[in-house]
Amino acid sequence: MTSLNDLIKEIQASKIQAKMESQNRLSITVEKEKLREIATMLKSKGLDHVVSVTGMDYMEESKFEVVYHLSSYSDKDLTSVIVALRTSTKYEDPRIPSLYPIYESAWTGERETYETLGIFFEGHPDMRRMFLPEDFEGVYPLRKSFKIKLEGVFVDKSV
Amino acid sequence: MDKILSSSGMEIDIVPVEGELNVGPQHPGSGHMRIYVKLNGDIIEDAELDVGYVHRAVEKLSENRNYMHLIPLVERPAILDSIHMNLGYVMAVEKIIATDVPERAEYLRSFAAEVNRIASHLYGLGILGIFLGHSTAFMWGFGDREVWVTILEALTGARVTNSYIIPGGVRRDLTPAIMEMTKKAIDYTRRKLEDWRKIFFYNPTIRARLENVGVMTKEKAIEWGAVGPNLRASGVPFDVRKDEPYAAYSSLDFEIPVYKEGDGLARGLVRLDEMEQSMRILEQIMKDLPEGNILSDRFFKQIPPIRLKKYWEGQRRIVLPGYYASFRPPKGEASSRVEASRGELFYYLVSDGSPKPFRLRVITPSYRMIYAFEQLLKGSRFADLVSIYGSFDYFPPEADR
Repeated sequence: MTSLNDLIKEIQASKIQAKMESQNRLSITVEKEKLREIATMLKSKGLDHVVSVTGMDYMEESKFEVVYHLSSYSDKDLTSVIVALRTSTKYEDPRIPSLYPIYESAWTGERETYETLGIFFEGHPDMRRMFLPEDFEGVYPLRKSFKIKLEGVFVDKSV
Repeated sequence: MDKILSSSGMEIDIVPVEGELNVGPQHPGSGHMRIYVKLNGDIIEDAELDVGYVHRAVEKLSENRNYMHLIPLVERPAILDSIHMNLGYVMAVEKIIATDVPERAEYLRSFAAEVNRIASHLYGLGILGIFLGHSTAFMWGFGDREVWVTILEALTGARVTNSYIIPGGVRRDLTPAIMEMTKKAIDYTRRKLEDWRKIFFYNPTIRARLENVGVMTKEKAIEWGAVGPNLRASGVPFDVRKDEPYAAYSSLDFEIPVYKEGDGLARGLVRLDEMEQSMRILEQIMKDLPEGNILSDRFFKQIPPIRLKKYWEGQRRIVLPGYYASFRPPKGEASSRVEASRGELFYYLVSDGSPKPFRLRVITPSYRMIYAFEQLLKGSRFADLVSIYGSFDYFPPEADR
């Protein structure tokens, strides 16, 4: 049993940026080299599954950010908490170590992030497209440079 | 043997022991999806879920729509669970624009959510029935669901895709006539659930198809990140309504049904028991419903008095004030989760200060079940595929989004 305060102390002791964003929401930012190490530590503290894997494209800074939302089923003190584990990578090197060896539940999210943003997760056993059809090979729709055609609103003023 | 066949002019085809099969993609059960299975005799050696046949690109579209225009969009993936899809999204928006919700609106949100949960579970049990060839359950599920859908229609104006919940409150008030309808529906469904037990769950044929089939152990359920009734059927007592209460759930009294077997029967029974708990919640809401407004004062003040008189005083309805047209929330991010009918529904919303979200991440319960579904199929019998599919209540449009 780990309470949230113990968890924060533990993280800050290992010199990692961690802050409470609101009640029950903790945010941790790590470099991608340390991602697995921190994830292993968090898992040992009772955060046993990945809720979501989100990729984001920051065009101005030419970098991708990946956010893992972790939560717990087995530790009753942590079930209300969602920990956001953030890491980022530059456009030139869109590779991030996969958390699949630690959290099996990251499987779907990492695959989807790969197909929509083109971030390669090293160590994931199934880095293939998932939801999108074949003609999206090499096209990454959630990048901000991918613009979709929008239909405007047409108002007929003569009537 | 060959001699007899050739003399009679008949031929025989040799069926290979190993082979591959496609289940779907034309609507194998509850939506379009292909399950690719590699068989050895009757045993599934490998299975792969080919999802994406009903992909709606909600996440990309959300970067091109105003916050209010997204409410009808996010409901579409799970039309039979639209109140929850709506509620989770609006809760995330409310966190960013920091608005309060009146107590009556919180109760009404719980009310609509529980009505929707019963309707969705009946739908799920109906689908499970027809998967197993029990067409009575299919007819009953869809027929009994209609009672609850009618209540939603009376409350929100639409059978499905209700767009009932808006930032700061709800759109319509609960009237005494709807309460009367709900009381009748509860009486009817209580009686009917007994019949469900007798004809469906105590039926030896159904038990043979569900009992000890597709067993997901507690450890595996946690590891694979299973959600909702499927998780609770494996002995994990997790429910967002209890663990991180939202709407009015912190002041309502209900229990979470948990089974430890982890098989198809347990998953079905969790749904059946949850319906009873939902009806308990509905009775409490109707008894304790506080008086007051159904929209936060911050927005209510903006409604012009003439329209207020006509719609709010006349028909107990909210007309949307101008603020909603294209508001710009401050920079920031928020994550919300609700317990949808099929499990935990997670929204992650990032705002960059413009009228459109920078990023909206939608993690639906069926999406979380994709991996568990695939893993559980491996090693089971081919005839059990439909039983596992049905008992998971897996809904492809919800998973694809």
